[in-house]
Amino acid sequence: MKRGVSKRIGSIKFACLSPDEIRKMSAAKIITADTYDDDGFPIEMGLMDPHLGVIEPGLRCKTCGHKVDECPGHFGSIDLAMPVIHVGYVKEIKKLLQATCKSCGRLMLNEDEVKVFRSKMDQFEELGGDTTDIRELSKDTAKDAQKQICPHCGTEQKKITLDKPTTFREDGHKLTPKEVRERLERIPAEDLTPLGIDPLSCRPEWMILTALPVPPVTVRPSITLESSDRSEDDLTHKLVDVLRINQRLRENRDAGAPQLIVEDLWELLQYHITTYFDNQTSGIPPARHRSGRPLKTLVQRLKGKEGRFRSNLSGKRVNFSARTVISPDPGLSINEVGVPEEAARELTVPVNVTKANLETLKDLVKRGPAPSSDPYLPGVNYVIRPDGRRIRVTDKNAETVAETIEPNFIIERHLKDGDVVLFNRQPSLHRMSMMAHTVRVMPGKTFRLNLCVCPPYNADFDGDEMNLHVVQSEEARAEAMILMKVQEHIMSPRFGGPIIGAIHDHITGTFLLTYQNRKFDRGQALAILSKVENVQLPEPDFQDKNGPMWTGKNIFSTILPKDFRITFKASICEKCNVCRKDKCDKDAYVRIRNGQLLAGTIDEKAIGSFKGRILDKITRDYGSEQARLFLDNVTRMAIGSIMVCGFSTGIDDEDIPEEATRQIEDMLHGAVNEVDRLVEAYKNGELEQMPGRSMRETLEVEVMRNLGNARDEAGKIAGKHLGIENAAVAMARSGARGSMLNLSQMAGCIGQQAVRGERLSRGYWNRTLPHFRKGDLGAQAKGFVTNSYKSGLTPTEFFFHSMGGREGLVDTAVRTSRSGYMQRRLISALEDLKLKQDGTVRNTADSIIQYHYGEDGVDPTRSVAGEAVDVDDILMDVLGDEAELLAKIEEKKVGGYATVEKDLMETGEEDAEEAGEEPEFETGGEE
Amino acid sequence: MVETPQFNVLEHNLVPEHRLLSDEEAEAVLSKLKVSKDQLPKIRKSDACIKILERINGEIKEGSIIQITRNSKTAEVAVGYRLVRG
Repeated sequence: MKRGVSKRIGSIKFACLSPDEIRKMSAAKIITADTYDDDGFPIEMGLMDPHLGVIEPGLRCKTCGHKVDECPGHFGSIDLAMPVIHVGYVKEIKKLLQATCKSCGRLMLNEDEVKVFRSKMDQFEELGGDTTDIRELSKDTAKDAQKQICPHCGTEQKKITLDKPTTFREDGHKLTPKEVRERLERIPAEDLTPLGIDPLSCRPEWMILTALPVPPVTVRPSITLESSDRSEDDLTHKLVDVLRINQRLRENRDAGAPQLIVEDLWELLQYHITTYFDNQTSGIPPARHRSGRPLKTLVQRLKGKEGRFRSNLSGKRVNFSARTVISPDPGLSINEVGVPEEAARELTVPVNVTKANLETLKDLVKRGPAPSSDPYLPGVNYVIRPDGRRIRVTDKNAETVAETIEPNFIIERHLKDGDVVLFNRQPSLHRMSMMAHTVRVMPGKTFRLNLCVCPPYNADFDGDEMNLHVVQSEEARAEAMILMKVQEHIMSPRFGGPIIGAIHDHITGTFLLTYQNRKFDRGQALAILSKVENVQLPEPDFQDKNGPMWTGKNIFSTILPKDFRITFKASICEKCNVCRKDKCDKDAYVRIRNGQLLAGTIDEKAIGSFKGRILDKITRDYGSEQARLFLDNVTRMAIGSIMVCGFSTGIDDEDIPEEATRQIEDMLHGAVNEVDRLVEAYKNGELEQMPGRSMRETLEVEVMRNLGNARDEAGKIAGKHLGIENAAVAMARSGARGSMLNLSQMAGCIGQQAVRGERLSRGYWNRTLPHFRKGDLGAQAKGFVTNSYKSGLTPTEFFFHSMGGREGLVDTAVRTSRSGYMQRRLISALEDLKLKQDGTVRNTADSIIQYHYGEDGVDPTRSVAGEAVDVDDILMDVLGDEAELLAKIEEKKVGGYATVEKDLMETGEEDAEEAGEEPEFETGGEE
Repeated sequence: MVETPQFNVLEHNLVPEHRLLSDEEAEAVLSKLKVSKDQLPKIRKSDACIKILERINGEIKEGSIIQITRNSKTAEVAVGYRLVRG
């Protein structure tokens, strides 16, 4: 295999083909419209002329003598009987005709005007301007040159209009392509530059075709059907049409047929050539196949999502990839991916044979392509010899092939545990959509992944499929491991927090483990800790009648780094007016010192994806390897503890006492009556109008507010009876799944349904449904649902609920398609921007886009809430742990910037002494 | 395009501070950034801010450099440069 760059592309230039060039590069002149003779051989000078290349295996090209895959194909040409306008250039032709004199052909600008243009052009070159600027400028020049009288010869100009797509008119009188071509020929070369045309690469008259290049047969291969019928490519069909009309036009013209007939044929030729280029030209009917399907001609081959650019050049199909359904496996590390054996036997890694590994690889080859799979052993699919020949290894030839291998051979080995692969889920919206995993070959037919990587991939297991790519070279493997490994992406560049983290049951698990002082006996503690690698059972916290007991907080602390320190408020925090900190009776104030969880509950705020503070700090302070270890451990421990504690939820979690139900009913009744009262007041004109609102709007606002409050009130009443010991509430409060709103809608009241933020109003004349009186403005008539999901909805309520639900569905559908398009355009604009060594962001032209990355030069994945340095944390480190001290500093900060530094030093000195005396500050010291 | 601005846009609180660099300053900026003029971001000569600056400094030629000082969410103050062009 040859590698490396042998030639570099210096520059690419696009230009027009001149008729001479078309004829020069033509391998065969195409004259007849017939393709094959009766025996099925291609006719010379026909569209399938053997000089144009070969498509049938075994035959040789008549031009270059190569076989099928060696001959690139050769162009032919058709001489057109009459010149024809090229649709792709009509705009340019129009511009040229309008800007130049009809008789002398000069650009209608005087010398001064040309000078102005020249100076502008030079400026672009000096100060940098892209092609769009130059295009803009030449467009302006062309506009300036549209004059009534030619400044050079004084000829009066007539108005040139374009009758789309290809007819030019001068004062309504038709110009034939021939006349157009004659005018373009008259334009002198030096007048072309101001119009944005380089006369060396493109003469304007070349935009009118007199010869048509015929693409090689390899570009338009014909297919042989089973019935041995030949089916030609759309381009061939179109060329046949062109040839036929061209032939007729020539005959008629030569025979001196009436002008009218010649003109008709000429126009027909123009139509065929136009559709040959672009079959979707507006203003003319598309050419169709016999079946009625529009033909796919040149432009259609290139344009759009299915065109050559987007589907063959920007995106390609690749080998060494696999796709299947995904399913979860909490036993895997976040860095791993479970690959089914079946896929592992198909996906291979190339291994170079050297003296050192020759014997091992021989044994590997001997196993053949399908070794017995218990336990899984990698085999070999192919052996590649130094001359590039691939030998397929089969069960039969495995032994013999194994003996032939020598150094410099390459063998393609099956996947085995530890191989590096890239794992991806579409839509790939950010860099975390494609990460490097190490392989774990396992039985089954699905890819297995750790649950913590669901958020970055946005994956769930309701049938999602994912793709896997096997990296093929050492360089690629190294790059993938350093840059793309899952653990390197725990921090998201989007918000600078962990995007990979615990979800759902993991959070419930740690919540159950650490909330209040749950006790575990020896067996339970061991059951939980057995899931975690490399830990010891800590000292028991106390003894009771059942023997030694451990608290959940103690068990959790075993997986924290030994010197870990953090303080924050947990998800379950109720944001009391006065925070009691450590003494929080809700156990919501998390305090970890020296790797010991002293107080608080571990929930979403601690370890959850997007929010996990502990995760965030470990990644930042101890590195990604430690973070990975912690994440693997915490999730396993959570699963262990949820199994020990037991956890289940059901609809009876939303059971509330009858007393409460009655209370909610009464309250809702009151709210509905209040709405009736408001409506009454509105009808009597007694409502107090809000500033900037009409009476009707005032009513709506008031009603919405009232009913909103009523729903919240219902939730509150229900919530009183749903404590944190309730499984559903535990999940909602700890952030594992669901919200308190969800629960209050199940237990209390669903509330007002809305479309476009307003109460439901559409449907019948002046009412939503025929169940209500016309003009009824009451709560129920306008979509207020008093029932709960549990009590069940009345038919009208159900209908209203569907209306609200439908809006949500439509919204998401519209949003995804719009944001997808926005994403595409954003990415195209930003894809090749690069952060350079000097801190600037530049594009490929090396122009500056941003003077300092993000204006502050800080990488969001390594920043602390956007700041480069976490000052508070450093203070804590230096001054020891004293919350009051920080509070003191905070107070003094308010005093003004100038005083802060001095004051800080003072307090710092005081407390440094204190800290020196008592390095470990225990809970007792505070208060 | 407004030929003469009706009011001083630079006084608007959403418009960052624009300042015309002298030739020496411009030279210093270019050598500090190690770039040539064509690599700088551009600003149109017809830009309202340039029109206002022209009232103060007299005509601003294409190829002059404008220093723009913005308030930044991340860096508090961010300084950028733009090249005047037609």
